[in-house]
Order: sequence, then C-alpha cells, then structure tokens
Amino acid sequence: MSKQKKVIYFDNNATTAVAPEVFAAMTPYLTEFYGNPSSIYAFGGEVMHAVDHARAQLAELLGVKHTDNNGKFTELIFTSCGTESDNSAFFSALYTCPKRNKFVVSKVEHPAVLNVAKELERRHCRVSYVPVDAHGRIDLERLEEIVDEETALVSIMWANNEIGNVYPVEKVAEIAHKYGALFHTDAVQAVGKVPINLSESPIDMLSLSGHKLHAPKGVGVLYVKRGIRFRPFMLGGHQERSRRGGTENVASIIGLGQAAELARLHLQEENTRVKALRDRLEKGLTERVPSTRVNGDLDSRLPNTSSISFEYIEGESILMLLDRLGICASSGSACTTGSLEPSHVLRAIGLPYTAAHGTVRFSLSRYNTEEEVDYVVEQVPAVIARLREISPYWKN
Amino acid sequence: MWDYSDKVMEHFLHPKNVGEVENPDGSAEVGNITCGDALKFTFKLDKDGRIVEAKFKTFGCASAIASSSALTELVKGMTLEEAGKVTNKDIVKVLGELPEEKIHCSVMGMEALQAAIANYRGESNGVADKEDHEGRVVCHCFGVTDTKIRKIALENNLHTVEQIKNYTKAGGGCGCCLDEIQEILDGVWKEKSAKEKENPFDNLSLVQKVIKIQEVIEKEIKPMLQQDGGSIEFVDFHDNKVQVRLQGRCSACPSAGVTLRHTVEDKLREFLSPDLTVENIG
Repeated sequence: MSKQKKVIYFDNNATTAVAPEVFAAMTPYLTEFYGNPSSIYAFGGEVMHAVDHARAQLAELLGVKHTDNNGKFTELIFTSCGTESDNSAFFSALYTCPKRNKFVVSKVEHPAVLNVAKELERRHCRVSYVPVDAHGRIDLERLEEIVDEETALVSIMWANNEIGNVYPVEKVAEIAHKYGALFHTDAVQAVGKVPINLSESPIDMLSLSGHKLHAPKGVGVLYVKRGIRFRPFMLGGHQERSRRGGTENVASIIGLGQAAELARLHLQEENTRVKALRDRLEKGLTERVPSTRVNGDLDSRLPNTSSISFEYIEGESILMLLDRLGICASSGSACTTGSLEPSHVLRAIGLPYTAAHGTVRFSLSRYNTEEEVDYVVEQVPAVIARLREISPYWKN
Repeated sequence: MWDYSDKVMEHFLHPKNVGEVENPDGSAEVGNITCGDALKFTFKLDKDGRIVEAKFKTFGCASAIASSSALTELVKGMTLEEAGKVTNKDIVKVLGELPEEKIHCSVMGMEALQAAIANYRGESNGVADKEDHEGRVVCHCFGVTDTKIRKIALENNLHTVEQIKNYTKAGGGCGCCLDEIQEILDGVWKEKSAKEKENPFDNLSLVQKVIKIQEVIEKEIKPMLQQDGGSIEFVDFHDNKVQVRLQGRCSACPSAGVTLRHTVEDKLREFLSPDLTVENIG
C-alpha cells in the first residue's frame, strides 16, 4: 500500500483511526505478554487479569454494574466484531424462545442484522420490518401494532450508520417486554457518541464494535443482561464463561478497553466540539451548493454524522473527485459498491432518485479539525459544479 | 474501491466533448435517473455524411462518464454506417478495460449511439426509456426487456445471469427475474447452437463470409453471366445483404432485376445461406 499524502478522513462511521493511547496499551500484549489467558501459570493468568480490566473499562462506559462474587463483570462477552455480536443475539433468541418464531426489525438496520433476519426467514421464522418515515423515524405506535405474543426478539439499532438517526431504543425495549419479547440493539454507531447506562435500561442485549471507536478492527462486544437466557453462537472452549468459544483476541481486547476509557472521557467533546464541526460543515456546504438536502432526523441525530444529497449527480463520481483532493467520505449511491440500487436506508426514507444517487455521508471524529472542515467546504462546491456541468438533468 | 484503468481515469477527469451539439442531426437520451445512469448523446454530420461533432451529457459514475467521453471520440469522422456497427466492446477498447461490474456503462454508450442514429433516420424520437424499448420488460427494477437481454448476450457471448447483470443491470434490483433471465439465456444458446448446426455460414466471421461470397461469385456466377457478355463485381456485405455491381451487358439489360434474383441471389443462397439477399448498386 502506498503511503498517502495528507488525508482528510471524514468517514468515521466506516472505521476510525486507532488512538495512539490504544496502540500503546496493546503492543505489550503482542510482544511481551503473549500468554494464553486460560493457562494455569502466572504468565497466562496475568493476561486474564488484563482482559478483565478491559472488561471493567467497557462496563464503566456502558454503565454496566453487575459483578460476580469476585468483582468480575459478567454481562459483557468479547466477540470478533459487531456482526458476530448481532448474529449471536439473534440465534440465541431463536434457540432460547422455542415457542415464539417472530422477529421484528426496522427497515434501516445494518446488513449484519438484515441478513441474519433473512436467514431466519429461510429457516421458517417470520420477520416483520418496521417502516420509517421520510426523516427515517420509527413510529412507536406502528411498532407496537407489529410486536405480539409470538415475537421472540425485537431488534432496533441505537443509531443509524448512514443518516445518523438516534432511535428511542429504551422505549422500544419497554414495548417488546410488554409482549414478553426480548430486545436487542445494534449500538455499533452509538457507543462513544451517545450516553449509555445499561444498568438502568430495559435493554436485554447490545452489540458494539471496536473499530468504530478508535480501537482496532476484529474485536466487538455483546452485552447480555443478567438473567437473560443465552446460547452461544461460536461453539468451542470455555472462554468468556462458556458463552463464546475461541481464544481471546487479547491485544485487541486490551485496545478496546483503553478505547472505551477514552470514549468516556471524550463523550462530552463528541457532543460539543465534534458536533460543532459537523454543523459547520453542513451549514457551509448547504449554503454554498444549491439543490442539496440534509437527510435524517435533525432533532435526534448522532453528533458526528451528516448525510447530504447533492441532487442530479451521482455519488461515486463525487467520491472519486473528493479522493483526488485527499478527502475521504462515503456514498449511498449504487455504483460505489457495485450493487445497482441506492442503499436500502435511502430507499426506506423514500428519497427521490434524483437525490438518492448523489448522497454523500460525512462522518467526523474528535481527530478532525476546523481547518479540515473549512478545506472541505471550500473544495466541494467546485466538484459538485463540475459534475453538474456534465449531467443531463442539471439545468442552469 | 474500483480499479479503473489510467484511460478510464483520464476520460473521467478530463472528459472530451461535454455538452450538447446545437441543432443536432441526431440526438438520443438513454438510461434514466432511477437506474442511476443516463446519457444524452447528440451529433452533427458534415456534407459527406460523416460525424463531424459529437457531444454528451452524462449522469452516472466515473466509468459512465468515461464511456460517454470515449464514445464521442470514437465516432468522430465515422459515417453513420460505420457508427452503426460500433458496439460496447469498441468503447471498452478505447478505455483499455472496464471492471466487469461496470460493463453496462459501455452498453449504455452503444445504445445512445444507436438511438441517435435511429433518431437521425426518423425511426424514433431519440428517447429510449422503459416504455418504448422493443420486447417485453423482464427486469422491472431497471426496465430491461427480453429483446435487449438476447441481443447483449449474443453480442458479448454471455452465458450466466451474473454476466447479464454486469452488462445490462437486469436482475440487479429485487432479483425476482433471475430465473427468467436464466431461461432466456438457455433459450438463446439452445437456439443458436441449433441454428449453427443447420447453417455453418452463420457461424463464420465476417471476413470468412466475404471470402466465401467472392468465391461463389467468381466460380459460379461470373462464368454464367460472361456467357451472355455481362459480368459482376462484388462490392460489400453486411447484415446478410450482398452488394454487387452488374457490369457489361448486364448493367444495361432490362432484365437485370431478374438476373439478380434468379441467378445471383439463388446461387448465393444455394451455396451459402438462405438468409442472403442481393442488391445491385449499379
């Protein structure tokens, strides 16, 4: 891979930079302390202590309080990624609720949930998809009509990766419980950006992913509330209290613990400084570029995410030209992924095709600066104008 | 990330001939915004009937823009007859290569060109969208007809549903029509192989066909005409149409039409293919 020149990284909902503190915390566990946490001797056992410390750091970020007699947090299971956590939650619900065979999810879930739901349909479960309105909002009354006594699990994401909507997951959890169903949330985009206190929340299961909060790729967590029956997805050894087989990805777990601590310390900053940067970017672009629209629920949105549709042009071309300027962003357009239709989220909110194909997502992090925002605001209008010049749909 | 060739990037970053030709001789719009790409193509002819100016406007990804730009460069200087033979493969050749999933961008270029030529000839209004394509719509997400699937499959030697998706987008939306596309493909290739067995002439390359035609004309037809003081010269061949020039006495003979049909055409059909027709271009 070539060494990039200066990069302005505005794609933090895709992945994030590993924080320097995180990297520093991890390295000893890749070099010096390579013991297996399950081993009996101290060289392994001490690694287990480090894993437990990481778990405690996560517990603090998530407001998880329950411990066993040895003071160990029992509700957090380390996995390999957010996708594994989602898979584990669904299949556990499938096996532990044999008398219920209905699953309820929203139409704007991540593929890690939607494709599991599809698989369950192939296994003769029923899946109901809760629609969203033009701002991507879920109507709770409509949701309650869908949930019933047959429902095993309701799963609604805490925050949407494409448009940034933050959903009232605790209210949804209460609705699920009213009908005896379990509630799971994919909180991959929410952790570190919105306050979470699971000890006082009705949420039964929650998925998170390390690499979205400045930890490395390849590590995730599934929270399973005490008292909720759980059946492992990954079968194997007795690791993670026999709830997830496979030798722990120690260094990444240590990194995730450190990242959780940093996220807790920076949560306020995410919601003030990063939010202000996002707003500056959004305001600058919508003021300077005609025919744009901002997608999502502006009253309940992640502080770092902005989904902007540049009408009458296509997203891949925009991203390619931004890439030439060293700017990294994402698009919901069809062409960027090789699929042929715009993203399911943009279709679910009923965005007209003139806008859907030209939708760009900017997602910031605490490592971004005002200078970067100003550079992007300065450069983007010319890129958009250039492509509109070529577009047959653009008049004047 | 796509691995675009340098030529694709060059045509994307510095597209040639952007815009619309004023008072064009031919113009067409293909694709539409629902499908994620659209192309407006216009051209003007010079007094010799060659394309002197060609311009495009494209809504689409980098490869759609590059394909359109390549198309305009490719057809400049061509007669409409030459331009009518341009296929998506020629566009890809100009670009070096396109990722397999992006071949449909070059197909869009070919369609725009053909639609603009048809528009010039007064055969259409130049707007080709879901409603006025020939055939029956198979893929409703992208408005692709069975006619188009058959045509593209034959031209590009496509055998799988995945290839059809990359070339035409058909089946790339909800996926409801995938089985039907497979059936169409099965039909196309079954029919083709049956036909090939019947008539080896259809299976030949253009050059081989021309050689065969010339052989028949020289060995079988010319000696017959020479007995009556006439002669014949082979001129051109396309779309199963053989163009010849009747010479000597034949050129002024009142029954030249009869000669053409009963001697020339019959002999060619007898030796080569029943699908051939003959035209005397004097």
